[in-house]
Amino acid sequence: MLALWIVLAVVVATLVVGLVVAVPRRRRGRRDGGSGSATTATIDAPPGVAPRIEAEPAPVGAPPEEPEAEVGAPPELRDRMGKTRGLFSGYVRALRSRSSVDNEAWDDLEEALLRADVGVVTTTALLEDLRSRVHAGELRGADAVVAALREDLRRSLDTTAGTGLSHEGDGTCVWLFVGVNGVGKTTTIGKVARREKAAGRSVLLAAGDTFRAAAAEQLDLWAQRTGVEIVRGAEGGDPSAVVFDAVQRAQARGNDLVLADTAGRLHTKVNLVEELKKIRRVADRPPGHVNEVLLVLDATTGQNGLTQARQFLDAVGVTGVVLTKLDGSAKGGIVIAIQRELGLPVKLVGLGEGPDDLVPFDADEFVAALFE
Amino acid sequence: MFDALSDRLEGILGRLRSRGRLSDADVDEALAEIRTALLEADVDVGVARSLVAGIRARVVGEELSKSLSPGQQVVKAVHDQLVEVLGGETLRLAYASAPPTVILLAGLQGSGKTTTSAKLARWFRQQGRNPLLVGADLQRPAAVEQLRILGEQAGVPVFSEPTDPVAVAAAGLREAQRVGRDVLIVDTAGRLAIDEDLMDEVRRVSSAVSPHYTFLVIDAMTGQDAVATARAFHDALALDGVILTKLDGDARGGAALSVKDVVGRPIAFASTGERLADFDLFHPDRMASRILGMGDVLTLIEQAEREFDHDVATEGATRLLEGRFTLEDFLSQLQQVKKLGSLGGLLSLMPGVPKELKQNANIDDGQVAQVEAIIRSMTPRERGEPALLDGSRRSRIARGSGTTTQEVNQLLRQFKEAQQLMRSPGMLSGMLGGGAKGKMAQALAERMGDPGDPATAGLDSLSAGGLGGGGLGGGGMGGGLGRRSATGLGPAGGAAKGRPGSKKKKGGRVTPKGDGGRAGR
Repeated sequence: MLALWIVLAVVVATLVVGLVVAVPRRRRGRRDGGSGSATTATIDAPPGVAPRIEAEPAPVGAPPEEPEAEVGAPPELRDRMGKTRGLFSGYVRALRSRSSVDNEAWDDLEEALLRADVGVVTTTALLEDLRSRVHAGELRGADAVVAALREDLRRSLDTTAGTGLSHEGDGTCVWLFVGVNGVGKTTTIGKVARREKAAGRSVLLAAGDTFRAAAAEQLDLWAQRTGVEIVRGAEGGDPSAVVFDAVQRAQARGNDLVLADTAGRLHTKVNLVEELKKIRRVADRPPGHVNEVLLVLDATTGQNGLTQARQFLDAVGVTGVVLTKLDGSAKGGIVIAIQRELGLPVKLVGLGEGPDDLVPFDADEFVAALFE
Repeated sequence: MFDALSDRLEGILGRLRSRGRLSDADVDEALAEIRTALLEADVDVGVARSLVAGIRARVVGEELSKSLSPGQQVVKAVHDQLVEVLGGETLRLAYASAPPTVILLAGLQGSGKTTTSAKLARWFRQQGRNPLLVGADLQRPAAVEQLRILGEQAGVPVFSEPTDPVAVAAAGLREAQRVGRDVLIVDTAGRLAIDEDLMDEVRRVSSAVSPHYTFLVIDAMTGQDAVATARAFHDALALDGVILTKLDGDARGGAALSVKDVVGRPIAFASTGERLADFDLFHPDRMASRILGMGDVLTLIEQAEREFDHDVATEGATRLLEGRFTLEDFLSQLQQVKKLGSLGGLLSLMPGVPKELKQNANIDDGQVAQVEAIIRSMTPRERGEPALLDGSRRSRIARGSGTTTQEVNQLLRQFKEAQQLMRSPGMLSGMLGGGAKGKMAQALAERMGDPGDPATAGLDSLSAGGLGGGGLGGGGMGGGLGRRSATGLGPAGGAAKGRPGSKKKKGGRVTPKGDGGRAGR
């Protein structure tokens, strides 16, 4: 099968390209001629001047502090999300000022949900339900509709699964953090390590992101900052090996919990998803057992978040979502779709760059922050 | 990239294309579906609304073209509207008359600024410039370290010092002037648009270096917030453009459509992979074609013009059209095509290649090497006349190429079927413009002879050809391949297994491209 595609690709490319290249090439220079117009001659470094490019690695960020043992009061989800108010609440206010629920009101409500990244399918489903209840005379007036929507959202996010993270079982408990690039996995692990340590557990970090440049250094700084141990591998090494070593080390030293970082990967990259499956298999080998596979999701993510969740769920059995960067202007409404479609609960919420800015998800507050 | 959006639009438009007459209800329904498709692609709600309104105005207002059916006119309207919204022009960088040309990158956390800085530096080096990278992200742990490592990979020096971002940027500028680097790329820390302190800081960084270009780095997976973010950064920094990252996923990139429309600044560059080389200028006009599933033949052609040996390409095309394409020709064409990069990437640029093919075509260089090894293990005569190949010759070839007889058989069978497919009139004419007198070939020829701007002329004729011919996407080749793959051509994956043994053999001399990057990780 594959050979056929290779053959066809070559044949087609030959044909298309051959036809074009065969035509006498005219005015070739024109296409890139424009860019050079304002150009001056390239100046190379004069031979005598050695570029003074810093050789030693600069200390990055705050110098490694003493491990901070105290965990400050966790920020209020509503306070932090308060910054994100405006848009959604603006619509709701406009809606409430109407006496009846007309078409324009429905359009406003739809737009509010869409702008919060809830998605077309989920929005349509939510609104259809409300509409039929209005028709049935069950809901009267805009206030009642908004209240009902709020309750629907709250109920759909508030699951029996809860937001708790599992420590159960004998041996070494492993939590695996997965997600696409740049969602905040490493930072989240640093914060989780701090929380768990404060809760009296002995935590070991596994620097399983062996791909991104300086990812292990980043996690190492978090380890120093929170005063927990870390297992690192070689850059470009096998992440499964790092996780395996971490589980062995945790077993030998009696650590309760291994937090395993993984390299960001797009869910569409087959090889990388296979690599992730292997990491999970290795981590699940006794004495280790994977209790949580947490999908880290950036609150700015749009409809692609649902696809990500579905693919990672299929591949490595995600147990919950960590919604990061909710202190920005993004609403993170895609978690509503993820919860509805896949039944995956949000377990933790990231509200900033501080070490304590990670709190358990609370459906009441999340929805209240959207509406108030 | 953009595939999912194009799939949706293709489906909607495909149904319309064949219609001879459109009622108002048809148009309404199609527009409603287009709106849904756009929203699911994360196009901003307001932008989606105006896009749909614009399409409606084109469909209703425009005089009826005689050569296009009403359905095709909707397709054309969507295409034209997309081009308009994406912003027709490709960025043309003007370098500062007093170097260095300063470039400032800003964006949210995790959008990919540090990686993009290095990719941009590499790109400038390829343009013959001497960039200097400045690591002004002192916020995220190890960000500067990351930039140093990436800078080393890109062969570009990195400057940073542990002071504060404004001082680092200013010192970087002095350093660039001192050592005579002509492009300065400043990487800044990720920040939220609503964080006033940090927005003020980046403003001060900006005034310290007075950048010639300020780019906002946006993740292609971003949702509705992209527009608000872009607006806030634009207000603070007066953006010159946007760099779109992570386009290699299946995100539909609606943010790209929206940002241009809302802040009036184009997408300047796009990053399409994890290797530093996966980065280039963004061509908005071509993207519209790609979104509509018409492929991106222009990019393919440009690449080919740079890389292909003229005579070999002409020869191959001629023989192909005359039906005399042998394994020998195939081999020499394969060498040409390999210069263009991975075959999988190539497929995605071609019009009319069915989606399943693009997805399944996880063709890696090892498999290509295997095919080569098999052909190279044949005598020249055998390559011309595969009929000669009896059992004993086949087993010799298998031994010679480090494969199995089954794999040799499979290649031969599939080459034969591909040959037949190419000979069948539907295939060729389908490819060349949906059976309508080779419109694509015509369009390509027009492009070559057209006195106007090459890029625009190419697009116009291409879209005219593609649309007029009933659409490349739904056209002959798509259908042809689709049927073939449905009937199944031999056991899948048989030839896909890597054979370490083949390395020692003749074909093994062809080393896969060294820049494989992540493949081995």
